[in-house]
Amino acid sequence: MIQYIIRRILYAIPILIGVNLITFALFFVVNTPDNMARIHLGMKHVTPEAVAKWKHERGYDKPLLWNGQAQGEKKATDTIFFEKSVGMFAFDFGRSDEGRDIAYDIKTRMWPSLAIALPVFVIGLAVNVTFAMLMAFFRATYIDLAGVVLCVAMMSISGLFYIIGGQYLVSKLLHLTPISGFDGGFNALKFIILPVVIGVIGGIGTGARWYRTIFLEETSRDYVRTARAKGLSELSVLFGHVLKNAMIPILTGAVVVIPLLFMGSLISESFFGIPGLGSYTIDAINAQDFAIVRAMVFLGSVLYIVGLILTDISYTLVDPRIRLE
Amino acid sequence: MLLFLLLAGVAFYAWRVRQREHLLQPWRRLMRSRSGMASAVVLLAFVAVGVLDSLHFRLPLERQANNARLHYAPDVLSVFDLLAGPLRKQLEKTYSAPFAVHLFTKETIELPGGKQARDFPRLKYGGAHLRDPGADRAADIAVTAATGAFYALVLCAVMTALLVLWLARRRGVSPGTAWMLIRHGQDEIPWRTLLAAIGLLTLFVCLAALLSAKYHLLGTDKVGQDVFYLALKSIRTGLMIGTLTTLVMLPFALLLGIMAGYFRGWVDDVIQYTYTTLSSIPGVLLIAAAVLILQVYMDSNQDMFDTVAARADIRLLFLCIILGVTSWTGLCRLLRGEALKLREMEFIQAATAFGVGHFRIIARHILPNVMHIVLISIVLDFSGLVLAEAVLSYVGVGVDPSMQSWGNMINGARLEMAREPMVWWSLLAAFVFMFVLVLSANLFSDRVRDAFDPRVK
Repeated sequence: MIQYIIRRILYAIPILIGVNLITFALFFVVNTPDNMARIHLGMKHVTPEAVAKWKHERGYDKPLLWNGQAQGEKKATDTIFFEKSVGMFAFDFGRSDEGRDIAYDIKTRMWPSLAIALPVFVIGLAVNVTFAMLMAFFRATYIDLAGVVLCVAMMSISGLFYIIGGQYLVSKLLHLTPISGFDGGFNALKFIILPVVIGVIGGIGTGARWYRTIFLEETSRDYVRTARAKGLSELSVLFGHVLKNAMIPILTGAVVVIPLLFMGSLISESFFGIPGLGSYTIDAINAQDFAIVRAMVFLGSVLYIVGLILTDISYTLVDPRIRLE
Repeated sequence: MLLFLLLAGVAFYAWRVRQREHLLQPWRRLMRSRSGMASAVVLLAFVAVGVLDSLHFRLPLERQANNARLHYAPDVLSVFDLLAGPLRKQLEKTYSAPFAVHLFTKETIELPGGKQARDFPRLKYGGAHLRDPGADRAADIAVTAATGAFYALVLCAVMTALLVLWLARRRGVSPGTAWMLIRHGQDEIPWRTLLAAIGLLTLFVCLAALLSAKYHLLGTDKVGQDVFYLALKSIRTGLMIGTLTTLVMLPFALLLGIMAGYFRGWVDDVIQYTYTTLSSIPGVLLIAAAVLILQVYMDSNQDMFDTVAARADIRLLFLCIILGVTSWTGLCRLLRGEALKLREMEFIQAATAFGVGHFRIIARHILPNVMHIVLISIVLDFSGLVLAEAVLSYVGVGVDPSMQSWGNMINGARLEMAREPMVWWSLLAAFVFMFVLVLSANLFSDRVRDAFDPRVK
């Protein structure tokens, strides 16, 4: 088991190197530091000295890959690539273009993101599975049909409208929760409820429909027929046999998102003014802060790969038929 | 140009399918499903608006006597703009509610007596023909709507009659029998549903055409443009993103996916590595990073993109490319799996034994056998792309702000959310149009999957 995990982690390294190279190429080769400096200092009337100063302050004035003027091993290390990209492997994200410490920002902003994303994930999973089971229980009746139609209709609504509609209805008309904002400790609860509810509702369409197909696939298996043949009621077949087996694909499909929960959601965080990583990224995009975007791209891929590894491990934990080689 | 190639491609595909019975089979199944046909009608209506809006030309200015060269107007128009001419030109000053005759904001108006008063001024175009808007408006709207409904009824009756006659000839029965076939839904194609969908659509078009000539059907936006017109124009942007992205992604996914599955070995390793790496970067972030960089590039090379329209087009194209780059991995993985399975099949083994080249095997034997996967996933992805556009425009990395799109409409309206009373009509327009398009795309893709997936049979 441990051997397998180690091997998976080793497999992840080349992928991370690839991601790193892609981001490096995007941010420094396609788009030179000179361009970045000019964007930040304003387009017109920029003196070359100001550009040079801006670059020097942020360490962008070094050669890209190979420093021919330096001595010894500095030839490879005293470059933009080494300082800005290789450092990310040690989660050293450096400073943003505004001079703030990115790693510190990420650490403090992670928790509000998680406070929203984790309840959305857990409650959403429970709600979706419940709905899917209801539809599977009443399969091929009008209830099932109505459920599927409802799911497709809910899928077709853009996530933006759930947020706008929810904010308008709950906060503006009914004055139940504040429209946006965030607070520490238990005061945060009243800010969290609405985004969580909207997040759950927005996910029902896709989730419940997908889980329904999984349930229906399981109900057509032989073991279900055997269970019915020995006289079990439909309800106990569904809960005792189908649910357990259907949870394998559902859980393993869900595991991959768990690490990404830290990243939060771009849209809902910025709508609700939550100081999480999602709104951090949006602000960075709008302010054209390349250092932060670069860090977030890398962090996102790391978390995704961690999610993939966790998925493989969770397969072996919940499904005894799968053996690790 | 691209559009015509695409249309030609679709026509060619249709012709090929007609020739071959086994290709025709799934389409027949699709034709028989009611929701599939109804959503296809709606989708076709959207595509029609999009195509009309894509036929660009520039209006020639009057030829001057001393100058032989023909001059063209600076703004590029489309056929759709001509059809919706009044909608495009009737600009109000700022916001106005749907069917309103007054502006949404108060202004100082000069009264006939020389005095000044603060009131909601009359609109320049919306309901301008009414003498006493307070009393006449409701009656006028009702009369116009009734006229529209009447036209729609006549059109529907004509279409039904034509359909009955055509079906009677086709099936070799009398028109009366054909009518009974349609009414009781006994023919294999669900004509009843089809007629109902077309009827509703005709009703909507007639009402919209008559009413929007007199009023601003969905109000006007901040600079006084008709929201209904903007929403219709946005159809093209939405469809463009869907189709262009698919066109970008398809060759990658097809070529690499089949190659990985067919050749295996190191080719497989390299391709798998590539798509795992790409798909491990969060999609939105990669798109954001790429669009940011494009923006920087455009800002530093401003002389290369002279007009605003050219910049918007480049940005749209680039967005589609980057969306394609992020979305080919899913299809590629599916195709690889299928190719892995296919290459072990007897007919491929036989072809290899006969000494058929790799290229021929892929083109003649593997490609036709994975086409159903390609079709299903294209149709499935389409609705996602339309929704993605709105989100990306909101994040600020979507289409150019000067371009009409639903995302930009939502974005503009969002800023007015705090206003009291709220400016809700832009949101409503974007919501309704997106909902109808995505819903019909989703329903259609469901039916396509049912019809084409060999496992569902």
